[in-house]
Amino acid sequence: MTQVRLQVNGAVREAEAWPGESLLYFLRERLGLFGSKNACEQGECGSCSVFFDGELVCSCLVLAAAAEGAQIVTVEGLEDDPVAARVREAMVAAGGVQCGFCTPGFVVAMTGLLRGNRHPSDLETREALSGNLCRCTGYVRIFEAVRRAGDALE
Amino acid sequence: MLRLPRLRYLRPATAGEAAASLSKLGSRAMFVAGGTDLFPNLKRRQFEPDTLVQVPPLKGVRRVDGHFEIGATVTLAEAAADPGLRAALPGFAEAAGLVSSPPLRNAGTVGGNLCVDTRCNYYNMTYEWRKSIGFCLKKDGDICLVAPSSPRCWAVSSSDTAPAAMVLGASVVLVGPDGERELPVAELYRDDGIEYLAKQPHEVVTAIRLPAPEGLLTAYVKLRRRGSIDFPLAGAAVALTLDGPIVTGCRIALAAVASHPLEVPEAGAFLAGKRLTDETISAAAELAAKPARPLDNADLTHFWRKKMVRVIVERAIRQAATPSTT
Repeated sequence: MTQVRLQVNGAVREAEAWPGESLLYFLRERLGLFGSKNACEQGECGSCSVFFDGELVCSCLVLAAAAEGAQIVTVEGLEDDPVAARVREAMVAAGGVQCGFCTPGFVVAMTGLLRGNRHPSDLETREALSGNLCRCTGYVRIFEAVRRAGDALE
Repeated sequence: MLRLPRLRYLRPATAGEAAASLSKLGSRAMFVAGGTDLFPNLKRRQFEPDTLVQVPPLKGVRRVDGHFEIGATVTLAEAAADPGLRAALPGFAEAAGLVSSPPLRNAGTVGGNLCVDTRCNYYNMTYEWRKSIGFCLKKDGDICLVAPSSPRCWAVSSSDTAPAAMVLGASVVLVGPDGERELPVAELYRDDGIEYLAKQPHEVVTAIRLPAPEGLLTAYVKLRRRGSIDFPLAGAAVALTLDGPIVTGCRIALAAVASHPLEVPEAGAFLAGKRLTDETISAAAELAAKPARPLDNADLTHFWRKKMVRVIVERAIRQAATPSTT
């Protein structure tokens, strides 16, 4: 085991980890941050989406040790984020949440999209969210939530 | 549940140190850059190193003497968004932007995509799946499950950026423990699904150099099931120059139709000196598709993929030539 020290959601968090542990495993099992979900483990589903120095990544495909020195923000760290707040409200209002398993990952990805672009085109939305899979909604209501959140951010 | 094996993880400060580490550790160690291809493979036990050596940050997209020099760890997202690259070499920028999905392009690198592992339906599966069906040549087994009588592995080259770089006559900079050398991208690959890279395992790709002469027209068209995420089922990269309506030079290379990115010089040569018309474009695409040998080891049927090679080559030629001809 080695000591891993990360900047997570604005605070220094430290825990023991075995070498080669993924950031996702570290966040969930060592730090108790269960918002990032563990599903495909192969970067296809986006349920483990986090921001790594502001960039959207799949935390299952990052080593915890490689995140030393970087700023990590998980869905928990978006609690007071004004864009994420509108995204959460819009997801509820538009019915973009069904089973909920993909939702935290979508909230992170949608926040990333709307930070840079308040009114993305449908194509831009589809592309930006193409790394996140939802098996319930069929995406229509999630795309609607992007539009509503964008409007609410005006 | 898929988990990474327990690994030692080294973060050397320079490419030279990274190469020295790998040279010392031999086949027990592997380089990792963005990790978007390697980590899923490690979770499926397709490689079993005990040490990962991080490729140190090699950033920057620079224009020098009619070339672009892209650091090997520039992410695919950065390359795809770079205004200079998009303007001068849209084919390469487009290829980078068509790899996988946004979160993977934010982590995956240009150097990593050039070295991306070959793929096969019988290989890119979990350890348990592979064990249940019987292991294949590429990992743990002794037969090819696609072509059982074949002595070789037919896993498919799945890099989008490699053919886009090849048609430019690009080269990679390799750093080994004893120094640096430049190798044309066309010579970086071998026609083998297992030993698909011609570089030494301890040589690290540190940069890619893309010639960008004035007036070069480029395009990359990708075939896949979904509009995102998927690896290429085929890809067509085109680089051409025109003198008025006449083609003065043309190079075409294909992704995902062989174990290496496949340049089709006959098709490019055919177009040279000709006017771009529906007939010449179609004839060139026919020639380009001829050597493509998709096998029954990727998504969708290989008959359809073979037919579609012609179609995407046509589209790529038209896209490169726009607005000059259409």
